[in-house]
Amino acid sequence: MSSSAKCSCEPSEVLLFPCSGGSNCGQIAHHAAVELHNAGRGKLFCLAGIGGHVKGLIESAKAAKVLVAIDGCPALCAKKTLEHADLPPQIHLVVTELGIEKKSGHLDFSEEELAVCRDRLAQELQARVALASPREERAASAL
Amino acid sequence: MKKVQVLGPGCPKCQQAAANVSEAAKALGLEVEVEKVSKPMDIAKYGVMFTPGLAVEGEVVCAGRIPSVEEIKGWLEAKPAKEQQK
Repeated sequence: MSSSAKCSCEPSEVLLFPCSGGSNCGQIAHHAAVELHNAGRGKLFCLAGIGGHVKGLIESAKAAKVLVAIDGCPALCAKKTLEHADLPPQIHLVVTELGIEKKSGHLDFSEEELAVCRDRLAQELQARVALASPREERAASAL
Repeated sequence: MKKVQVLGPGCPKCQQAAANVSEAAKALGLEVEVEKVSKPMDIAKYGVMFTPGLAVEGEVVCAGRIPSVEEIKGWLEAKPAKEQQK
């Protein structure tokens, strides 16, 4: 083994779980997460893998400091999927609560709508990430 | 003999995880085959995004951290999930 091997052993502090649903709001959630990922503010993660009980993905998510659920609408699929896997998100955002109307089956959205969601997420992250500690540490400190 | 997969590219943390597996097996007096899975695509098959990861008989038990010897002892002593369902 080489100690110079490319390493993926520093878990991302922030994992982003958009619902990526089949509406304008679901797509806003998805694209906002992509933009934050590309800006280095977090890592887009596989919500489908969590819902599919893929053990490796669930264990990987446990290593993160902050889990972010981004739901398009009040069905709250992303948040509920994480909670089913015993991974409650520390940050939760619902696109329709930002004044954006849901249009089922319509996937188009404006740059302004995307900016509203992305900027709110960025604000939430700035406020919370500095306070976050690893999940295990939080659990231990609660004892 | 139980088979344990250590998932990671081979950095010092991965090496420590593998060493902890050996120590746990020795403490329990168990023979364990340690398989090092280091290719990214092979690691991806386990769904592990952060390494080191550990799988016992192919079942992922942790990822993104070095598990302690005590934790590993628990996983080595546990019955496989398939056997528990019988």
